Amino acid sequence: MSNPITRRRLLWSVPVILIAVAGVGVAKMMQPPPADLDLSLAKPTDQGLYTAAVEPGLSPIAVGTMHGWVVSITTPDGTPVETAEITVDGGMPQHGHGLPTEPEVSANLGGGRYQIEGMKFNMPGWWVVNLAVDGPAGPDTVTFNIVL
Amino acid sequence: MRASTLLLAALIAGSATATYRAISPKTNWTDEEARLVLSLGLSKLPPLPADPSNAVADDPRAAELGKALFFDTRFSANGKVACGTCHLPDRQFQDDLARAKGVGVTARRTMPIAGTAYSPWLFWDGRKDSQWAQALGPLESAVEHGTDRAFIAHLIETHYADQYAALFGPLPSLADVPNHASPTGLGPVLDDWMALDDTRRDAVNRVFANVGKAIAAFERTITPRPSRFDAYVDALAAGKDTVGLLSLQEEEGLRIFVGKGECTKCHNGPLLTDNFFHNTGVAAVPGLPEDQGRSLGTDQVLADPFNCLGPYSDADPGDCAELKYLAKAGHEMTRAYKPPSLRGVAGRPPYMHAGQIATLGDVLVHYNTAPAAPDGHSELEPLNLTSTELASLEAFLVSLDPISTEAQP
Repeated sequence: MSNPITRRRLLWSVPVILIAVAGVGVAKMMQPPPADLDLSLAKPTDQGLYTAAVEPGLSPIAVGTMHGWVVSITTPDGTPVETAEITVDGGMPQHGHGLPTEPEVSANLGGGRYQIEGMKFNMPGWWVVNLAVDGPAGPDTVTFNIVL
Repeated sequence: MRASTLLLAALIAGSATATYRAISPKTNWTDEEARLVLSLGLSKLPPLPADPSNAVADDPRAAELGKALFFDTRFSANGKVACGTCHLPDRQFQDDLARAKGVGVTARRTMPIAGTAYSPWLFWDGRKDSQWAQALGPLESAVEHGTDRAFIAHLIETHYADQYAALFGPLPSLADVPNHASPTGLGPVLDDWMALDDTRRDAVNRVFANVGKAIAAFERTITPRPSRFDAYVDALAAGKDTVGLLSLQEEEGLRIFVGKGECTKCHNGPLLTDNFFHNTGVAAVPGLPEDQGRSLGTDQVLADPFNCLGPYSDADPGDCAELKYLAKAGHEMTRAYKPPSLRGVAGRPPYMHAGQIATLGDVLVHYNTAPAAPDGHSELEPLNLTSTELASLEAFLVSLDPISTEAQP
């Protein structure tokens, strides 16, 4: 039933896309972190539903050392969000791999503050930490950049 | 005439460059390079981390017992294999073989021991989460010591009862425990284990775990030794003259190591390893069973009754963050292996997790060309380093050899 020409085109597109993706991957590997990287540790979430601030428990953050972060979530007008569900992931955008650990919220500290445990960065370079925040205003996401 | 003029000009330019490098070593490094170089020095190594899962980790009596056990060949099926058979003290606690030889031949290369107390994961695939849990693996491996935990408990009762009791309390009664029994055994060894009641199984497991804890107390004393590179880093850190501490070629190799060689992506910190797991496209060994590396190791360490959260660990669950927040195995962990410390690396060919690559030079060619992985996805990208650059990198790696070759401890 399927059109053989369309199918052939589709088949050809597989190696073309693979080569293109591989090319982008190689180009990314060679890049230093973007010069204009936003390194702020407090910012509005992507849809503006909340403001998120992070306090790494290590300063400076050392490569390879397990540590915790405290995340503070407020509404845009600064009211603490006491009942947010937060999940954490991250990785190295230029290397295409994730975190070496799976950090989790270990405690609600009250006042819109949440303890995250299990943070670890095992290489020098540019890391991103993505928080997914689900609170009374709905789900939103925010990304923090770290350079070690 | 023209050619000789060019040659002369080249020689003058070359020697001028060499002189510049030799007289101004402190200005050689960019801030970023210097930061990375200083981070690799042994003086940056923190004190030995506590092992809360092992209550006797820092007890000298445990280290003494552990040392005796480490070299005791009675703990093997043929009476000829001890930990020290493959972990040779005068060979950086490894054996120079592609694959270890115990009572049989293993599928992996013997790993060196120095500095492993700093690693959250042991073995190439991290299937153990402490030195003591690691020490138990080879004892029950059919191709290493070829024994079982009941046999080991009886040996402790016969030969080490007093030393054991002084550390761990009196030995449990082993009167009703058969000579050979283990949940990891085959045939009658497994049958005899299944026939034991829970109390006896627990007693045997506890003696077995304590054997590991004593061996770990000894292994904690095996620490990395200073190298010429460390003398260079110390001088650099102190703002002192570094001339002559490394050759110009070694210094150039160090520059590549922290720069375009991208070596510090995985070989970072004073032990020159991130103690994590990486697929670097190392070839599979023909004839060996499929080796999935960390992706299997993750499941194994989570299921291990001797892990940090298990009943034989002395740790509070809160002390087991590495295990608790361990990244579950995804595609990235297929054929991913732990980078060993590069300290002393030049002195222990062959290389990689099954000794696949014979020389250090060929290892560098491997990283330079970045072959595709047999399974999973290699993290490497071709580096396009020249042969001169590779030679410099190799020269630098030799500078990581310990200055003293004396066996320890």
